[in-house]
Amino acid sequence: MRTISNMSRRAMFGVMGAAMLAATSATAFAENTKLKIGFVGVTSGPAAAWGTSNVRSMQTLAAWYNELGGVKIGEVTYDLDIVTFDDQKDPKRAIAGMEKMAQEGIHYVVGPNVDDGAAAVRPVAEANGIIYFPYAFPKSLYEKPASNAVLGMIANYQSGPAIYKYLMENKGVKKVAFVAANESDPLSQRDGGVAAAKALGLEVVAQNDTYQNDTRDFSPVLTPIVALKPDLLVLSGVAPANAPLLIRAARELGYEGLISTETAQDAKVLEEGAGELANGFISVGGASTPEIASDRMKEFVERYTKMFGEYNDESNTKVYALDYILETLKANPAAIGNVEEFKKTMDTFSAPNPYLKGDAKLTYVGSTSFGQKRQVAVPMVVNEYKDGAFQTLFVGTVD
Amino acid sequence: MEQVIANGLYLGAQYALIALGLTLIFALMNVLNFAHGQMYVLGGFITYTVYGQLGLPFVVALLASGVTLAVIGALMEKYLFRTVIKRSHREESTMLLAAATAFFFDAVMLLIFGEKQRGVPKIVKGVFNTDGLIMPYDRIAVGALAIVFIAAFILYMQYSKPGRAMRALAQDRVAAQLMGVAVERYSMIGFAMGAMLAGIVGGLLVTITGVNSGIGGPISIKAFMMVMIGGAGVVGGAIAGGFILGMMESVGLTVLREYGDVTYLVIFAALMVFLSIRPNGLMGKPWG
Repeated sequence: MRTISNMSRRAMFGVMGAAMLAATSATAFAENTKLKIGFVGVTSGPAAAWGTSNVRSMQTLAAWYNELGGVKIGEVTYDLDIVTFDDQKDPKRAIAGMEKMAQEGIHYVVGPNVDDGAAAVRPVAEANGIIYFPYAFPKSLYEKPASNAVLGMIANYQSGPAIYKYLMENKGVKKVAFVAANESDPLSQRDGGVAAAKALGLEVVAQNDTYQNDTRDFSPVLTPIVALKPDLLVLSGVAPANAPLLIRAARELGYEGLISTETAQDAKVLEEGAGELANGFISVGGASTPEIASDRMKEFVERYTKMFGEYNDESNTKVYALDYILETLKANPAAIGNVEEFKKTMDTFSAPNPYLKGDAKLTYVGSTSFGQKRQVAVPMVVNEYKDGAFQTLFVGTVD
Repeated sequence: MEQVIANGLYLGAQYALIALGLTLIFALMNVLNFAHGQMYVLGGFITYTVYGQLGLPFVVALLASGVTLAVIGALMEKYLFRTVIKRSHREESTMLLAAATAFFFDAVMLLIFGEKQRGVPKIVKGVFNTDGLIMPYDRIAVGALAIVFIAAFILYMQYSKPGRAMRALAQDRVAAQLMGVAVERYSMIGFAMGAMLAGIVGGLLVTITGVNSGIGGPISIKAFMMVMIGGAGVVGGAIAGGFILGMMESVGLTVLREYGDVTYLVIFAALMVFLSIRPNGLMGKPWG
């Protein structure tokens, strides 16, 4: 009796174990495969807004796609897993971040956010078969022989001439002054802007004035510039944290001309930091203003705000990178583990742009600027700040 | 040129205020508070929240910043620095602890307040404008408040019982103890005051320059420079250091602008030469 009881107990446990194993297997089969997409960029320190807007855009979209059942690429449906690394705007840390991405088998990375970081990670990306989407402007990253970097936004040497030309023709600008932070990105953007202004025939009255990036009071640096009475003051490569302080200092010193920048800004930051003094400030943004934003873009903004408590207007540009990666992979599933396939697809890739009204397309551009298609085609939306929000001044395209 | 001088004086007043709290803590405890800039930032965020977001009066916001930072400073001294000073004979231990608290504050503030630059409505609108001189009224108000705070602080340190006790502690800790000064109590009060000053300055200046979670480190570095120029541990030295740095910046950015950003190059080079000639700064006491 005892033996039969033991045998029955063992059989019962055996059946239970088999049932649990079957259930687990069934669950494993039901879960989607994970597709890891990386981010390496700055999410702390004074420039945190640049990288944080990237990360949050990616996380918002990933959560949205996963909620809808995942992303189907070829025959496989994937759940998105965003893997992030804060490089603290330090090229050495950016390299470490990219190496970490390589160790995790990630082939597609968004970032870094600054010139020196983007340059530093190039050898790591090329050695490990990683395509990365920096928000950095040096042409050497995108011209041959480089081929793994894809510019994620409009470069200042593309938007600057368009802005200056528009202001010359529509606002009578003749004299322009430049001021930049004493760091490589802003100085590089300033030099490009000065060259573009001179090429258009503008008189450049100030081109050597710089400030330390940790400056809090900009009156000393702006006092001599304002005295020159330029028609346009260009804040080259200005960080969103410094823009309202520069605008406020310039206006309080009596400056009455136009102020512009070729970097993306945040309306809330401008409102809190400069208030109505920021009215008329010109900057570059993505699909943002109601005139051009699609319903999907509006839903993205709602989801982002719900997830993180507050929207960052810089995400109007940063929203694109993840979709470009996914749509290109959908067009050529072989590129999932092979970036050479991705590069081939880029030359002919085209998909609907979900963030703009009308029939705008997602494509890769850059043949004119870089000799090869190594830039995402985001709209060049030039905004003017007014009373707490951006209004579209004009929309253009670049190549 | 009047504008340049006015800019320099205002900048100097700002810097002097920032440096005061740091030099007080150093005078009392021989601790270089690396978290001084982060305390400034926290004070700014508290004022942003109370005045900018909740809409309460600015004075209430400033009080909230000061009291919060005073409590934090007291707790830091009692439970962290006092413990380390008792257990370790190396001065580097307190420096490492201060650096760790700085990183901790940075991370916490980024989590709580986010990554964006924050600002508040002006406390006084309008601009004073004459031939050759332009100064917004809110800067004049903040500059005046800065002078009032500095004066009140000096009078407190000079004539009040806690002030005299803290000065005795700064002069000679052992002698002060032998004379009956409650060393632990006044160390805590001193640290709390230093933190409170940082918080109040952050709250004052958020109305002019805003605040974001990444500026703590650079503020600390600027404060160290002023303290080195004026002399570590000497209140008058911190004030002098602040004004000297403010004027050098303002004049340098105008006179040297055609040569690119050499102003800070010149300032740092001058600082190196000055410290090699006067390593204790203008008015500082010798280390130890």
